[in-house]
Amino acid sequence: MTFEYAPAPESTSIVDIRPSYGLFIDGEFRDSIDGDTIKTINPATEEVLSEVVAAGPRDVAAAVEAARRAYQTGWGTMPGTERAKYLYRIARIIQERSRELAVLETIDNGKPIRESRDVDLPLVAAHFFYYAGWADKLSYAGFGPHPRPLGVAAQVIPWNFPLLMLAWKIAPALACGNTVVLKPAETTPLTALVFAEICQQADLPPGVVNIITGAGETGRHLVEHPDVDKIAFTGSTEVGRQIARAAAGTRKRLTLELGGKAANIVFDDAPLDQAVEGIVNGIFFNQGHVCCAGSRLLVQESIHDELLTALKRRISLLRLGDPLDKNTDIGAINSAAQLERIRALSEIGELEGAERWSAPCPLPDRGFWFPPTVFTGVSQAHRIAREEIFGPVLSVLTFRTPEEAVAKANNTPYGLSAGIWTEKGSRILWMADRLRAGVVWANTFNKFDPSSPFGGYKESGYGREGGRHGLEAYLAV
Amino acid sequence: MVATDWRLTLPSETSRLAVRKTYKLYVGGAFPRSESGRSYPVYSAKGTWMANAVLASRKDVRDAVAAARKAFPGWAGRTAYNRGQILYRIAEMLEGRRDQFATEVAEAEGLDRAAALAVVDASVDRWVWYAGWADKIAQVLGNANPVAGPYFNLSTPEPTGVVGVVAPAESSLLGLVSVMAPVIVTGNTAVLLASEERPLPAVTFAEVLATSDLPGGVVNLLTGRVSELLPWLASHFDVNAIDLTGVTDPELAAEAERAAAENLKRVVRPPQGPVDWSADPGLERMTAFVETKTVWHPKGM
Repeated sequence: MTFEYAPAPESTSIVDIRPSYGLFIDGEFRDSIDGDTIKTINPATEEVLSEVVAAGPRDVAAAVEAARRAYQTGWGTMPGTERAKYLYRIARIIQERSRELAVLETIDNGKPIRESRDVDLPLVAAHFFYYAGWADKLSYAGFGPHPRPLGVAAQVIPWNFPLLMLAWKIAPALACGNTVVLKPAETTPLTALVFAEICQQADLPPGVVNIITGAGETGRHLVEHPDVDKIAFTGSTEVGRQIARAAAGTRKRLTLELGGKAANIVFDDAPLDQAVEGIVNGIFFNQGHVCCAGSRLLVQESIHDELLTALKRRISLLRLGDPLDKNTDIGAINSAAQLERIRALSEIGELEGAERWSAPCPLPDRGFWFPPTVFTGVSQAHRIAREEIFGPVLSVLTFRTPEEAVAKANNTPYGLSAGIWTEKGSRILWMADRLRAGVVWANTFNKFDPSSPFGGYKESGYGREGGRHGLEAYLAV
Repeated sequence: MVATDWRLTLPSETSRLAVRKTYKLYVGGAFPRSESGRSYPVYSAKGTWMANAVLASRKDVRDAVAAARKAFPGWAGRTAYNRGQILYRIAEMLEGRRDQFATEVAEAEGLDRAAALAVVDASVDRWVWYAGWADKIAQVLGNANPVAGPYFNLSTPEPTGVVGVVAPAESSLLGLVSVMAPVIVTGNTAVLLASEERPLPAVTFAEVLATSDLPGGVVNLLTGRVSELLPWLASHFDVNAIDLTGVTDPELAAEAERAAAENLKRVVRPPQGPVDWSADPGLERMTAFVETKTVWHPKGM
């Protein structure tokens, strides 16, 4: 039996994309001083959406200067109760404009509207609400009786959850009394620029939030600017290393949220249907463009065949296509470059001897697409078991004993997240104690909440975002 | 090496010739000499030759890291109560050798007897203070998170792993224990570079550790040139964090931090000014070397 779905596209009339954008510095949109321009495209259609600035060093300096001035002339010493009210205002405006932001996010990023509408935007608003409430309670947060802000925060975020990563960076920074210069990713700048408008609508004092667009070079100028007190970066481990090197010998505080290669571990007593849903959510959520994606499936040998059959059946039902269609499960890959990387690593997976299976789904003619793919017969030495693919590609390995599962799960330089599927409570806690990862999901996966700290062990970076722990990154303690 | 500055006065009024101690390294619970066979002269604050300390090498650093890594799962897996017991035992052993340490600290740091005794007492008290933290720090740093959904969600601190530490250059005992105790109390294991000019109290302190039920390899202590050893320690891929508190050369510290970036070690930078080691330590030295783990589980019937 096949199910036919009529197209159910979300209307785009709610968004108004300008042909070009300036930089948001000191409370207003400005022309660039020494920047270039870059085009941002819709990865599902390859159509050009808008032109934004690739900010140059003088643009960066102007933004840092505005942030410094705003910090010194009021934001840093404003009573927490007042800062809280600004953040509550921002949270409310995000809720009011959430459909517009969700549609825009989907157009610019390629993620399904179902996810931007039901996951990204609710979490963005919740994050601002959560940290708004901390702004006047910092002395109770456990960092001493008089915690102080750090000053100017330089924040660089990735393209996989553009507005959500902005919220994770800006909300705690502002709640603690810092001012920020934030650079969104070059392929997904548009929702950050709407966020700049939201700051204007909230009457946020000029310079408290500055948004400068650009690519890696702009980010480098920003984090290396001498008047920055704090660097917060989310992105690849390689760039994280470069930033850590650049910050060496300075007094800049640094938090890094980097790559991952999470193990999702399924024991033979796990409820199979729930585990299958969890595996699918773990690796195909957001096209696998998730640093904490469950990209290594560790399945107990005795249920390997049964689980793989059920998993492939389920994956075959995923709907890939127009991200704006409300029935779409798998959207577009964010960029041609990312698609190329996914393809290259998948080819290496085949060359190294793993067996490749892709869901039999038709791919649209235009745009960047990759079908949900599963590799079986993967060994720990294979590159697809070691390197972050950051796409809808699952590598399947097997284990016999819990000890072996732990050893294989921890056999990676990363340590961001892990999953455990078993009905046995004592085994969950035994495993959770031994997995060297910052987030452990037991009988669930890819759950996020503003009150729950997120961040990695080892080369997945340092510092936590979210929860009470997330305040520490923005306070002098 | 020929000792030219021969000590003619004997330490006691008897005519007996004193039996001197050979100052060695402390690695994996044993007291080896350097594989390199090297040593360097150590002088008292007054400039008198006191001993030849071991001039540790790159290989000694690697042996120490291997010992620390091997000890890590066992030490991290001890109950917090047991770690607290052992830290308290360290305080007991140190107290028992109060006079000996007062003499060594007085010579190393040029203090009078009363001041040296105060340093030893403060060092004992520091161990007692940290011993008490072993089974409390998780309650202060961890918490339940009220997520918006039917989930159990708990954040707890866990040790970072193997921590490299450059002990303070000036404060040979109190400074040393003030950077050692907060690293191991949470379950980390450590490789420490002792004060280069004042290493002898650190070596004697290893004897305290060796008699305190502390498993071998939890603390490994090297003496030698910080400028020679630190680059190897900071660039070692099996070290998870590095504490540069005792590095006095800013360029050496920056170079170590750059090397640490290669595997994203957690870094504690050198202090900006002189440190008052007798002040309340606060939590920072413990929080610098723990990772927060958050576990989720659904609630349901």
